[in-house]
Amino acid sequence: MARKLLLEHVHIPGINTFEVYRQKGGYRAAEKALRTLSPEDVVEEVKKSGLRGRGGAGFPTGMKWSFLAKPEGVPRYLVCNADESEPGTFKDRYLMTHIPHALIEGMIVASYALGANTSYIYVRGEMMPQIRILERAIEEAKAAGFLGTNILGSGYNLELYVQPGGGAYICGEETALLESLEGKRGNPRIKPPFPAVAGLYNCPTVVNNVESIAATVPVLNIGGEEYAKIGIERSTGTKLISASGNINKPGVYEIELGLPVEEFIYSDEYCGGITKGKRLKAVVAGGSSVPILPANLILKTAKGDNRLMTYESLADGGFASGTMLGSGGFIVFDEDQCIVRNTWNFARFYHHESCGQCSPCREGTGWMEKVLHRLEHGHGKMSDIDLLVDVSKKIEGNTICPLGDAAAWPVASAIRHFRDEFEWHVTHGEEAQIRNFGLAHYADPLTVES
Amino acid sequence: MLSVKNNHPTEFQDELIAQFDEIVKRYPEGRQKSALLPILHAVQAAFGWLSVDAMDKVAAYLEIEPIEVYEVATFYTMFFLQPQGKYVLEVCRTGPCCLVGAERIMKHIEHRLGVKENEVTPDGLFSWRGIECIAACGMGPVLQIGPTYTYYENLTEESVDQLIEELKSK
Ligand SMILES: Cc1cc2nc3c(=O)[nH]c(=O)nc-3n(C[C@H](O)[C@H](O)[C@H](O)COP(=O)(O)O)c2cc1C
Ligand code: SF4
Ligand code: FES
Repeated sequence: MARKLLLEHVHIPGINTFEVYRQKGGYRAAEKALRTLSPEDVVEEVKKSGLRGRGGAGFPTGMKWSFLAKPEGVPRYLVCNADESEPGTFKDRYLMTHIPHALIEGMIVASYALGANTSYIYVRGEMMPQIRILERAIEEAKAAGFLGTNILGSGYNLELYVQPGGGAYICGEETALLESLEGKRGNPRIKPPFPAVAGLYNCPTVVNNVESIAATVPVLNIGGEEYAKIGIERSTGTKLISASGNINKPGVYEIELGLPVEEFIYSDEYCGGITKGKRLKAVVAGGSSVPILPANLILKTAKGDNRLMTYESLADGGFASGTMLGSGGFIVFDEDQCIVRNTWNFARFYHHESCGQCSPCREGTGWMEKVLHRLEHGHGKMSDIDLLVDVSKKIEGNTICPLGDAAAWPVASAIRHFRDEFEWHVTHGEEAQIRNFGLAHYADPLTVES
Repeated sequence: MLSVKNNHPTEFQDELIAQFDEIVKRYPEGRQKSALLPILHAVQAAFGWLSVDAMDKVAAYLEIEPIEVYEVATFYTMFFLQPQGKYVLEVCRTGPCCLVGAERIMKHIEHRLGVKENEVTPDGLFSWRGIECIAACGMGPVLQIGPTYTYYENLTEESVDQLIEELKSK
């Protein structure tokens, strides 16, 4: 069995309460930090752990913390990003539902390290039940003396609040999130200045994902060096993977980074294989924004090495033949799925969620949605395929925030790897309405009968 | 389309105002505008939707311009600017849920309720709409019902029928 650092106790009854969480060793990291370490020591420990942001970009957490500006007399803020709206991702909701105190304890550790005395957890508005769960956990922690003034006699004060969003994917982008937390529309800000210098209320701010913050608890408990021993190279520690789509056991799994993708898909400990004994067609490995890969390229790199669940291995081959670990939203497509339809669905999503500030994103996502709609519905032209590539290139890199790239990559990668399926939709428009293209050269080499 | 044309006089009870007072305490002095989203959620939970009058009263309470409330209410998809059915069935329509049958479930709901997306049933009980991923992709197809935002996961035609019957008999 793989090592579990975040979900070790998830099946213990009552682990969502302070009492049981504490019995299971909870709040030891907070005690260690506040009683025995300076804020700088905590930052150092997190740096040593090699922990990388779990929200999607994979930026080293300790390094992000050390960039926080510390002007005299200006408050600093920690804001937890619990907006979780990247399609395919549902790990933060799972963690907050079952072990809310893991996040609360992480917030205490991280806030102390950053010198923040007021911190916010921005939770997407649809997660009202999780908001109530967190509010109750905060009350419990406060009653036990882990929040409020002079925590554990350390002289350190911390107030923690939960803020609901309003249903907007873009508010997961950190500067849009800060705008939203200030009571405004979620329009991303132009950077620089970065939040580390001018974030919430124009004060220095760190924004971190739920899982990144929760992971600082095991980092302190076992020590940064020990944490860094788990995983491979610069992919240290464990990662929560949200597995969905056509698999036998969808759900949230904690893996040690470095697990082979093949084992993750087919082993009974994880996804348990493809439903109904079907064959694997494609995988989106890190949430809807990352490039889709056909079965042959998700299991092995273009060089023929086994693909591993790490930041580096999934990215091997760059955009030509690789993808990204992203948020860990692992979406599995079986042989019956239509890539054109899914690409249209994702394009519609990004068009719907574009905040509308930049023309390439606002207009481009709309055009891609329309062109994909007609391709999927049998009215497409051969030139539409290159038109889509052209539009996606004109969005990529030309926008204020990365939502533009996130909208362009799924389309560009689907065409790169499944062009024959798009062409078939043009040449066989009517047939495409009643049956799917199925598998082709990109079939999973493991399951194709010879 | 979103618009802020629908008006309806709205009275805020003392209890609701007391809730606002609690919310505003979370933010530093002078940053009360941060309370806007939580307050709009509280108003919608009380009335089912946001009328122009309700938004104007929120603006007055927070000492901000009404336009600052309208622009926020129109940006975020959770806020209703028209009266809805008593129960709004919001079904996830994004990719991962479609892989496991979300489109079939939406068709079934449309057929079962006999109204199109965003329309209210004649008895005023139900409306429905497709929404984007709500972080339950492994438990799809999934729908949510406000104001508590309870999720109903792993939906089948049968479980949807059962849910509708239960809500009717409440
Ligand atoms: C369009 C968009 C949506 C995002 N959504 C989320 C999200 O839901 N949750 C999250 O933690 N990060 C999200 N991010 C990444 C954040 O901007 C930010 O990088 C992250 O919260 C930093 O935390 P980390 O360093 O701990 O990963 C999103 C980014 C973009 C561009
Ligand atoms: S890229 Fe899209 S979502 Fe991001 S700021 Fe521009 S318009 Fe808004
Ligand atoms: S795609 Fe439906 S909940 Fe994520």
